[in-house]
Amino acid sequence: MSADTSSKAEAPLPPLGGLGFLRWVWRQLTSMKTALILLFLLAIASIPGSILPQQGNDPLKVKEWIAGSPSTGAILQALGFFDVFAAPWFAAVYLLLFISLIGCVIPRARQHWRAMLAPPPAAPRNLERFGGTVTVCVPGNGDAALAEASAYLRRHRWRVVEGPPEGELGPRWVSAEKGYLRETGNLVFHVALLCILASVAIGGLFGWKGNVIVKEGGGFANTVTQYDAWGGGRLVNAEAMTPFSFTLDSFEVEFEREGSQRGAPRFFEAKVTSRGEPGAAGQQSIIEVNSPLEVDRAKVFLVGHGYAPHFIVKDSTGTVVFDDAVVFLPQDGNFTSTGVVKIPDSEPQLGLRGLFLPTVSIDEIKGGQSVFPAPDDPAMFLSAWTGDLGLDSGAPQSVYRLDSESMTQIGLATLRPGQVWEWPDGTGSMMFTGFDRWASFQIAYDPGKEAALVSATLAIIGLMLSLFVRRRRIWVKAISSTGDSMTGAATVLQVAGITRSSSLDDIDLGALTDDIGALVGAITHDESTVKSEALSKEQM
Amino acid sequence: MTTDALAQASNAAIYAAMITLTIAMVAFAISFAAGRRRVAAVAAPAEVMVGEGSTGILTRTVSADEPADAGRRSANIAMSLTWLSFALLLAGVVMRGLWAGRVPWGNMYEFSITAALATLAVFLFLSLRTDVRWLGLFIVIPVLLTLGMAVTVLYTEAAQLVPALKSYWLVIHVSAAIICAGAFTLGAATAGLSLLKAGLVRRSIARTGSADGVLARVPSVERLESLTNRVVAFSFPLWTFAVVAGAIWAENAWGRYWGWDPKETWAFITWVIYAAYLHARSTAGWRGSKASWIVIIGWLAFLINYFGVNFFVNSLHSYAGV
Repeated sequence: MSADTSSKAEAPLPPLGGLGFLRWVWRQLTSMKTALILLFLLAIASIPGSILPQQGNDPLKVKEWIAGSPSTGAILQALGFFDVFAAPWFAAVYLLLFISLIGCVIPRARQHWRAMLAPPPAAPRNLERFGGTVTVCVPGNGDAALAEASAYLRRHRWRVVEGPPEGELGPRWVSAEKGYLRETGNLVFHVALLCILASVAIGGLFGWKGNVIVKEGGGFANTVTQYDAWGGGRLVNAEAMTPFSFTLDSFEVEFEREGSQRGAPRFFEAKVTSRGEPGAAGQQSIIEVNSPLEVDRAKVFLVGHGYAPHFIVKDSTGTVVFDDAVVFLPQDGNFTSTGVVKIPDSEPQLGLRGLFLPTVSIDEIKGGQSVFPAPDDPAMFLSAWTGDLGLDSGAPQSVYRLDSESMTQIGLATLRPGQVWEWPDGTGSMMFTGFDRWASFQIAYDPGKEAALVSATLAIIGLMLSLFVRRRRIWVKAISSTGDSMTGAATVLQVAGITRSSSLDDIDLGALTDDIGALVGAITHDESTVKSEALSKEQM
Repeated sequence: MTTDALAQASNAAIYAAMITLTIAMVAFAISFAAGRRRVAAVAAPAEVMVGEGSTGILTRTVSADEPADAGRRSANIAMSLTWLSFALLLAGVVMRGLWAGRVPWGNMYEFSITAALATLAVFLFLSLRTDVRWLGLFIVIPVLLTLGMAVTVLYTEAAQLVPALKSYWLVIHVSAAIICAGAFTLGAATAGLSLLKAGLVRRSIARTGSADGVLARVPSVERLESLTNRVVAFSFPLWTFAVVAGAIWAENAWGRYWGWDPKETWAFITWVIYAAYLHARSTAGWRGSKASWIVIIGWLAFLINYFGVNFFVNSLHSYAGV
């Protein structure tokens, strides 16, 4: 992020005046140390979100938690601990972090831009001070060797400048620099993080998500009212959702029957017929876990399943008042499922409370329970009620709960598929005819996800560039010409280099040594004449 | 080979790997101790580091940490045994996969043996490029602990995958995460060693005025820190990739690419901590021991994610199978 400013360990006192103070605040905020602290804060602030139940993932658990310890729960809820990632204090941390990031990236991008346009700096006066200089003796006045060096470096994609500039005296040199992509990658990474945040925001504002349970043979059309639960971003026009629809033709599931993982699911498959718009031709497809159905940029995911027992209920006159499959919700891994039937149209009103056990086992103590999720030996435990269902009060009621406060129990029964239960006193009768299955779907539309993926990919590429590319400089300098009676004129060349990266690392140094070695080899065509010393490096 | 024979062979290979690894651990420990005994005779390298944050020049004298011969021989034996253990473990993991008829990471037992394999792989890969025998003890110990836990607490019969795991993203996402497990462990080992050595050197200087012979077999603190940096530089992009691959998979399986599931949250926390480390490396006053602590904290966050979230938290990622 920002260049290191904290070598002055204590922050300077803010200068007087409002503008000066603001500048001081800005400098503090965009300093690396602040970024570091904000990163730690972000990590710490996330922890409660993984320990406490979260509204977004499991609202039921949140309710249970608060009910369990109401006083602490109320405080935690007021402070947003049950919805950490939407809490203002969490947003404050990451927004400050991103502001700090922007404050770092802009000046660095400007600086980098300038560095990219500028030629590499002239060779330093004294190359020996880099410790790792290599001295080479070449025949002639050195022009050919220098030309060869700069040609070699250019060929290997170094940025090369030759000197001294016209009109200046002094030894001739070649200066080369490479590895600009390191900083480019760093900037790309940080900008990509901003883009990820923006993509998430777009998804949050324009995206929507809903859940719906569909019984076998049942259908669904994409309007808000058809969902069991629906949530959309602030800028979603719920009226303008894609008008697709589908029917669940069948749902199949298989469970493990052997070994220690007995009962674990092995296979789910929902066969559906979907229509892009009303009246369009139906298209058959299969939705599996990991294989959603994509309709017009919205995706339909299979997220759950269960049983929907079918009942036929007759009232005292023998008229059929109810004939339908009812969604029962699974309570455990063996699909012990509960559900209710409400029949407001009969006189008096009727209600059923049921416990469906796909593979029943009667336990002396615990009573009936299911011991396997597949319907190997299904049974239905029922209690029947008559009286007022309480639907007329206007208060919203759950379809999975029977309010029996103003009802009286008719009786209890255990039924197998196909069995009929006659109620006493001619109240009526009912039949548990069997069961269908239901599947629950999550349907989601997130217009920001493609942008998020692109940004994340760019972030990874930028990150790798910024970590693996080494910014380094090499200089070649002709320091003296000597007359030698045996070989004729010769010139001493010095070759030196530095790497500039944030780590002190001998692998970096090794790479630079290799660069210098290869360059010297190219100049002399014979590496054996090279006199080498230990390398040193400059730290950025 | 019948499938049951495969299962037995897989288990046998893993037990054999644990035995050879235990011997390797002893040999590494002997070499480490021998290094300590003989060090008084060896002159410590002169290390001069100039200026923190400013332009500095580090002068290194050529390899002054010459280890004692006795220690060297047992270190060599230990390295050979580590290679053997790696081969056995590899065979065990591969046979486990053949037995199950899929990639061998469908439950925590399988994740753990593969993570142990990955840790050894990262270590051995590094050993091909530079001398890291001094590090062996601190790699073998966590690997043995992981394997021990795998065969006792986590052991599960091979079974088919639950539908949620049936995706090629399992191979991509989990393999990246498992390699990161190895690399993070390695980074924590070098970071821990650099802290240990720095502390001992400080104590020795306070007591005797010289740091001669303190953990002489272990490289200098600066070199340890630079190695830690290199390991993190390798694992951080890979971890980023693992998280992004997980997000792509989550989008395809659960309908959202990020949902703050506890596993995702801790992956994020781990990521942020390692990001903080990289920033600390270029912040004055944070290089050195503070940065090393951050690496260890990052590794702990990773462990919390692996063990804590799988066992104690209700997460969509609960595939422990135990």
